[in-house]
Amino acid sequence: MCDHCGCTDEGAGYTILNPAGKSHKHGDLLVNHDHDHTHPHTHDQDHPHPHDHGHHVHDTPRRVMVQTDILHHNDLLAQRNRGYFEAKNMLCLNLVSSPGSGKTTLLERTIRLVSRHPVFVIEGDQQTSLDADRIQATGAPVVQVNTGNGCHLDADMIHKAVQELNPEQSSILLIENVGNLVCPALFDLGESYRVVIISVTEGEDKPLKYPNMFQSAHICLINKTDLLPYIEFDLEKLKGNARKVNPDLTFIELSAKTGEGFEPWIKWMEKVIGNR
Amino acid sequence: MHEFSIINNIADIAIASAEKSGLETVGCVEIDVGKASGIEPSAMEFAWEAVRKNTILKNARLIMHFIPLCLQCRTCGIQFQPDEMYTPCPACGEINAKIISGKELRVVAIES
Repeated sequence: MCDHCGCTDEGAGYTILNPAGKSHKHGDLLVNHDHDHTHPHTHDQDHPHPHDHGHHVHDTPRRVMVQTDILHHNDLLAQRNRGYFEAKNMLCLNLVSSPGSGKTTLLERTIRLVSRHPVFVIEGDQQTSLDADRIQATGAPVVQVNTGNGCHLDADMIHKAVQELNPEQSSILLIENVGNLVCPALFDLGESYRVVIISVTEGEDKPLKYPNMFQSAHICLINKTDLLPYIEFDLEKLKGNARKVNPDLTFIELSAKTGEGFEPWIKWMEKVIGNR
Repeated sequence: MHEFSIINNIADIAIASAEKSGLETVGCVEIDVGKASGIEPSAMEFAWEAVRKNTILKNARLIMHFIPLCLQCRTCGIQFQPDEMYTPCPACGEINAKIISGKELRVVAIES
């Protein structure tokens, strides 16, 4: 049952909240299995074996080749999103990290510092609109996707959230994925770049423990550098470990709390949107 | 547990293929799973038990064919099959490889 209106929408898997309009929509899970076989069917094919009507009797199993990518449906929707972003000359970033790495604080500061382009935000969490409320306070248009039990955002959720958000031409769309270093790695959202964020309190070994996330990212932000004097953390060791799984990864060290290191991050965004 | 999403997709693909080719029951679904695809096989089996109920897949076994991780060193060009993504090249020692295979997630076939 929906937490917001009490409706019992059987197909509802996730919820999209617009804190500005106080509206919400349900998305459908991509599961629709039950069906009856009550339709008539003809037997005009050339059957080499005798059979009684009512049940077919196939002695040897019939094999049907499928050869379809399991994420085919998500990948198609992601490409559709990507085409939309490109047509509108937008930069779309998918921000992924473990919970508590400072993604929302980083977004708040980023929104305040980006002056040349309008910034739009999609927030992903299992529950609550706490993050969207924080983003809304910065003045940036935002929608919250609550995934319910889901551990990641997918391309269909982004498609629906973008319809709600209606981002402007040449804007920057920042997607804060569900805090999780495992599942979001598999799901293309149609983003221009994937940004993995790791905070210095998480340890240098994370890229080796969660290689898929670091392998699929284009850029790595190392956050909470203001804490470096107080903890044992070897920045070069972290970078070395991340390069082991992704030799092409670029790093930017910053502190979302103090603002240190934000200049290269903002410049990187303006450079890549300028290249489009 | 992204394996539930993955399993839902497998079920959708298998059911659509069965309907298209006129299979009334499905006895097995074969999939390719790359070693570096980010899938946990035991979680897949757990999710499969839940998803196939009350569908034409209810008696179907899920058969996973594991595809080894294959890397190619971008320094010296040799291909090798390590257990982990971050293994140095066995020939030149560089850690500078690209993935050739091992990320597969594909429904290969269904059988009645």
